[in-house]
Amino acid sequence: MGRPALLLLALCAAGARGLYFHIGETEKRCFIEEIPDETMVIGNYRTQMWDKQKEVFLPSTPGLGMHVEVKDPEGKVVLSRQYGSDGRFTFTSHTPGDHQICLHSNSTRMALFAGGRLRVHLDIQVGEHANNYPEIAAKDKLTELQLRARQLLDQVEQIQKEQDYQRYREERFRLTSESTNQRVLWWSIAQTVILILTGIWQMRHLKSFFEAKKLV
Amino acid sequence: MGRAGSHPASARLLLLLVLLRAERLPGAELTFELPDSAKQCFHEDVERGARFSLDYQVITGGHYDVDCYVEDPLGNTIYRETKKQYDSFTHQAEVKGVYQFCFSNEFSTFSHKTVYFDFQVGDEPPILPDMGNRVTALTQMESACVTIHEALKTVIDSQTHYRLREAQDRARAEDLSSRVSCWSVGEVIALLVVSFSQVLLLKAFFTEKRASPQALHS
Repeated sequence: MGRPALLLLALCAAGARGLYFHIGETEKRCFIEEIPDETMVIGNYRTQMWDKQKEVFLPSTPGLGMHVEVKDPEGKVVLSRQYGSDGRFTFTSHTPGDHQICLHSNSTRMALFAGGRLRVHLDIQVGEHANNYPEIAAKDKLTELQLRARQLLDQVEQIQKEQDYQRYREERFRLTSESTNQRVLWWSIAQTVILILTGIWQMRHLKSFFEAKKLV
Repeated sequence: MGRAGSHPASARLLLLLVLLRAERLPGAELTFELPDSAKQCFHEDVERGARFSLDYQVITGGHYDVDCYVEDPLGNTIYRETKKQYDSFTHQAEVKGVYQFCFSNEFSTFSHKTVYFDFQVGDEPPILPDMGNRVTALTQMESACVTIHEALKTVIDSQTHYRLREAQDRARAEDLSSRVSCWSVGEVIALLVVSFSQVLLLKAFFTEKRASPQALHS
């Protein structure tokens, strides 16, 4: 009984869970995820605080919180929550496009540590990568082959969603290009017309001016 | 999982929890905004002998270029490129430790950039940890599944590349559209201003010289 518990603890404490970066005290870091609609995004983060005396990053920081804010492509806030020093946030997109995930620490305690830096380990999984296969296998009691087939089905579903999104984006791109084309056309015509009218006005105005001056 | 019968239920639960946590592929795929004159660095712990790859692309901003460099745990620069739009870099880690890769926009004073990067370490772990230590060969069905999985991964990767290129082109097209509008309006205003000032200036010339012709003719 003791050994599995120790193994679990070891895995929990075992260094970086993937990528990490440093963030300032009041600094806000934003990441963009361009995703099709009805896609689930799971983000895991872990924070470590710099200890000036020991010159090392402390393994966990109680009392330190991170504020996570997620905005959809229209700028509407989808998720805005405060989490602890270790957190996990999930959201599902309802509109396709660029979703912005912003993280900033809320800690005021760090004001005591001059030049305080926070190490943030971040892992964002999108769509099919967010699926937890051992959990699915345990819940639905799938054999290995069935689980492989399920993974393939999930991948294909993600590809289909991405293709639908691609069609939607291409339509937007086409509308932008056509609008630019229309604008160039009409403004060129308008400018030529204005040029000609201005020229005519100039000639007539000057002619009447010189006639009034008895020079013509 | 035949040995599971000899473990107590709580130990099995703990083992399941361990398995649930231990299947993430190290590395990340992120898109972030890099402000002007700024540098952002990311770090990852890599085992000795593991092969890692870094793909990056600039999606929006300025001339769509960024500086990038990768450093090993000893501080040696193993990759350095300036003003690149996109690139791919793979390396076999000789030293175990924390590798650092940084993106720099310090050469630009007013354009902030959006950069996408994909940092992958090692091979993909199996979806069930048991799959890693098989003693028998894969059946035909399983090999077919593996082949399809690899092919679908290639499809997803190429979809990602197309999506990034499309985002870049769309950003340029929208930029062009707004520039055409602004410049057209500006040009019409300039045209009107120039023609009015020409007329006024010409009138001003002849108003001053008015005295001399009349004096000659009177």
